[in-house]
Amino acid sequence: MSSNLVDLLFIFMLACFIGFEVIRRVSPLLHTPLMSLTNALDAIAVVGAIVMAGEHKSTFATILGTIAIVAATSNIVGGFLITDRMLKMFKSSRPAKP
Amino acid sequence: MNELIANLHIIEVIYLIASTLFILSLKWMSSPTTARHGVWAGELGMLLAVCGTLLHHGIVDYKWVIVGLVLGTGIGIPLGLVQMTAVPQRTALSHAFGALCVTLVGTAEYYLQTPNVPRFTMGVLSAEVILGGLTFTGSLMAAGKLQEVLPQRPLTYKGQNVVNFLLLGSAIGLAVYLVRHPGATHLFPLMVAIAVIFGVLLIIPIGGADMPTVISLLNSYAGLSAAAMGFVLDNKLLIIAGALDGSSGLILSIIMSKAMNRSFTNVLFGAFGQDQTAAGGKQEARPVRSATAEEAAAILSAANKVVVVPGYGMAVAQAQHKVRELYDTLTKRGVEVRFAIHPVAGRMPGHMNVLLAEADIPYDRLIDMEEINGDFPQTDVALVIGANDVTNPSARNDPSSPIYGMPILDVDKAHTIMVIKRGMSPGFAGIDNPLYYLDHNLMLFGDAKAFVGNIVRELTGGGHS
Repeated sequence: MSSNLVDLLFIFMLACFIGFEVIRRVSPLLHTPLMSLTNALDAIAVVGAIVMAGEHKSTFATILGTIAIVAATSNIVGGFLITDRMLKMFKSSRPAKP
Repeated sequence: MNELIANLHIIEVIYLIASTLFILSLKWMSSPTTARHGVWAGELGMLLAVCGTLLHHGIVDYKWVIVGLVLGTGIGIPLGLVQMTAVPQRTALSHAFGALCVTLVGTAEYYLQTPNVPRFTMGVLSAEVILGGLTFTGSLMAAGKLQEVLPQRPLTYKGQNVVNFLLLGSAIGLAVYLVRHPGATHLFPLMVAIAVIFGVLLIIPIGGADMPTVISLLNSYAGLSAAAMGFVLDNKLLIIAGALDGSSGLILSIIMSKAMNRSFTNVLFGAFGQDQTAAGGKQEARPVRSATAEEAAAILSAANKVVVVPGYGMAVAQAQHKVRELYDTLTKRGVEVRFAIHPVAGRMPGHMNVLLAEADIPYDRLIDMEEINGDFPQTDVALVIGANDVTNPSARNDPSSPIYGMPILDVDKAHTIMVIKRGMSPGFAGIDNPLYYLDHNLMLFGDAKAFVGNIVRELTGGGHS
């Protein structure tokens, strides 16, 4: 399902605005976990790598695709893991929230 | 044929759900109470997207896909378990991995499509591999500097900026040529190579104190290159995730530059620490007042309000757990203890908060610079541990200082200041700190971890409660 270029540019523009508005509201307290989380989300590039390695159009593409899958998957696994580890450490001094 | 179209529709719907989950994931990061839901939403979105992609009709061979996924998981797990002090270099490394993935896929895509690459595709493809290539090596350099396998001091040489501009210019020139003549396959590797070299040279002149800005900027580049990849592959999910990451990195770099009162161009092209030799010359030995752990404990126990100002030095000395003991002891005695966090404390945005949270200090005690600065005049004791330049009053009142104009924590307005420091050596940026010569400042000379430990011992074992 190919979409036209202008549609893609619209999507890009809107996503940038959503990104700005959502991330502006993130407390500075959580900037480090935010960066490791966006890193893990960014590794969605793995979908491109999977297609590249799996379509097997040329040996060269399969090799590069496989290395790309390794790189992106390590970001997905490591990124989510460390973000969750960090967030688990943030505790409030008040016993429980109402 | 109908089945094929239905299959494509399913993937598009799955990508739509994944995009929604990604946006929700970032939205939930706004507060520590909901942040973990954000991680779960992100994980679910990722799982859906990967499974949806595996359904892709064009995939004929799963062998290498599975090999890649398994190997990547094997590398990812140890990277997810690093110590909190090592998080900045881990983050830089993961930017490098992300950029590597994008560059490799872009390169493979070019060789599959050449020589019939549409102009627009060739343009974004070039942007993808140039951004990806420079982010890959730039992030590796940043990780090396943070891990201290490479020298942290900025390395500068004459004509550095000219060389860098020429390199970037020639990479863009090649990209323009390739857009017009996509069949010029011999030029494509040259373009990638130039981007890769440019990444190395870009980070060489950047010092450790600028790392928070640089990491954020590389984060932004990694995101933008992924978005470019989305355009090449006609993948909307990739465009959205890349745009979110790109804007996140950009916002963080803006916050970091503001916190250091410097522009992007200044961070990238004006190595910090160049003009300090002039400032260092007029130093003379001025008297400072110092105190012992016993005296410091006495002053702290008599205080009502204490603000601790932690810096990267505290993390280097591994003193955060002792600081937590001090926090507990003082809190038990009814002293109000809070922590003042400068935006660039640590080696990446928010790093100091993570280190203190790891030591079990409640996050509602960690206060941003803007919020706490007004409270310093009512603060009895400001205890500075391992921070230097972010407390330097000359940033406020000495226009000749290299850090003049940088927002600082106004610790000099507290009734008493105590600074734990090994000696009188200047900080990372090599700038003398007039704070230390003030009459209401006490220097506590020693290792941060040992000294805080001694104060705690005086407070608990002193016998008089």
